[in-house]
Amino acid sequence: MLKLSRYVLYDILRSKVVLAYTLFLFIVSFSLFQLEENDSKAILSLLTIVLIVVPLISMIFTTIHYYNSYEFIELMLSQPLSRTRILLSEYAGVALSLLSAFFIGIGIPVLFFAFDGTGLALLFTGGALTLVFISIAFLASVKARDKARGIGAALLLWFYFALIYDGLVLLILFAFSDYPMEKFTLLLSALNPIDLGRIFIMLKMDISALMGYTGALYKDFFGSGTGVFFTLGIMLLWITLPLLWAIRVFKRKDL
Amino acid sequence: MIRIENLKKKFKKLQALDDINAFFNQGQVISLIGPNGSGKTTLIKCILGMVRADSGSIHVNGKQINGDPSYRSQIGYMPQIGRYPDNMKVGQLFRMLKNIRKMPETELDTDLLVKFNLVSIFDKPMRTLSGGTRQKVSAALAFYFNPAILILDEPTAGLDPLSSEILKEKIMQEKQKNKLILITSHILSDLDELTTDVMYLQEGKMIFYKELSVLKKETNEEKLGKAIASIMKGGKREALWIDEVLALKETVKTN
Repeated sequence: MLKLSRYVLYDILRSKVVLAYTLFLFIVSFSLFQLEENDSKAILSLLTIVLIVVPLISMIFTTIHYYNSYEFIELMLSQPLSRTRILLSEYAGVALSLLSAFFIGIGIPVLFFAFDGTGLALLFTGGALTLVFISIAFLASVKARDKARGIGAALLLWFYFALIYDGLVLLILFAFSDYPMEKFTLLLSALNPIDLGRIFIMLKMDISALMGYTGALYKDFFGSGTGVFFTLGIMLLWITLPLLWAIRVFKRKDL
Repeated sequence: MIRIENLKKKFKKLQALDDINAFFNQGQVISLIGPNGSGKTTLIKCILGMVRADSGSIHVNGKQINGDPSYRSQIGYMPQIGRYPDNMKVGQLFRMLKNIRKMPETELDTDLLVKFNLVSIFDKPMRTLSGGTRQKVSAALAFYFNPAILILDEPTAGLDPLSSEILKEKIMQEKQKNKLILITSHILSDLDELTTDVMYLQEGKMIFYKELSVLKKETNEEKLGKAIASIMKGGKREALWIDEVLALKETVKTN
């Protein structure tokens, strides 16, 4: 499988988009740490980048890459290679390049300026979100018939996870504000990897004290070992389930 | 070598393949002919596993093709429109496939590489190649691994007369080696010299599958085109297509 991924990687590196992405992340995070006097403030600004920009770039890049390598996939299909292996190689290639872009672009400045629990939580969340949104993008592009639909679906999904979902949660919380909702919101957060990542990082920061009773409950939960495993497990599910679904669809697809 | 049983495939409303039954054996050169959209390419793609049939089965060398892709190492495929990764260089393409198929250098068939003089363009990216040159690359790739089964989809379309002759020569040579060769083409005169059997498809149905000599004897015709024309004229209106082909030939001649 690694043999195929090598060619995928080679193809990605030639296009230089990933290099630009790395540079962008590096410049942004480096300058944030330089501008803000307080490192945890810089982390908070970086959090926005990680939660909004990283998923967006991961999705768009993956979708475009998938359609651009359609010829490659076609060629591989006439060779003695299984479809699962072809798709997983594509995934590995994209994941490897985007993850290294993230860890070089944000990881190095964070390790340099804010090497603590919050920083590590940020890196973990960013890495996990990259993988999650690559999986979702693969699913969207395998299901969509053409490039325009694929990219459209990817954008819509990103919109949903980054913006619309929060609105829906707020709506639910307002509507049922008379009831105890703490456990329920915990469940809701698991249904959106971006939210889960946000809560996970926020609770590592001092500002979580401002979040009242719910914050205290969250702190209790996410601060403990179970909370870390919970986040890890949910993120893993978010990575594997869309990918498995994508493989299932891809195996039955006519090409 | 290839056994096809009750193969059916529907694309939305279009019945692309309707209950195809056939047995292809080694030493045969089978011409798949029929009008555009009659299901020739779909049949080929079914054999290659690129299109999933709705029902029916295909056996290659006694094993049903179902998931396990290893049977494709026996097949050399030349697609109708060769699409390759744009950034990849010609030499890289050959190296990559060699790497994937894991065949020792001595067993490779570089005959067409030499005759088409492809080595001289090894460092050109695929996107800069003309349609005809791409076709040459496709042909050279199909024969490269010395496969027992060759599937050629419109092999001579887009090739200049000289290259076309070289390719036909090569097909003849492979025929002598007792291989199974499947060809689709609209240029019936090209097929005349090569073919041993003829399979005629129309609107997804197999109209007939006969030895060429039998076909010629039955119709008392010397040429493949005319033989098919006369058999189709046996009270069937499906002969329209072949009438058009012959009419076109006549006009070309008179001009």
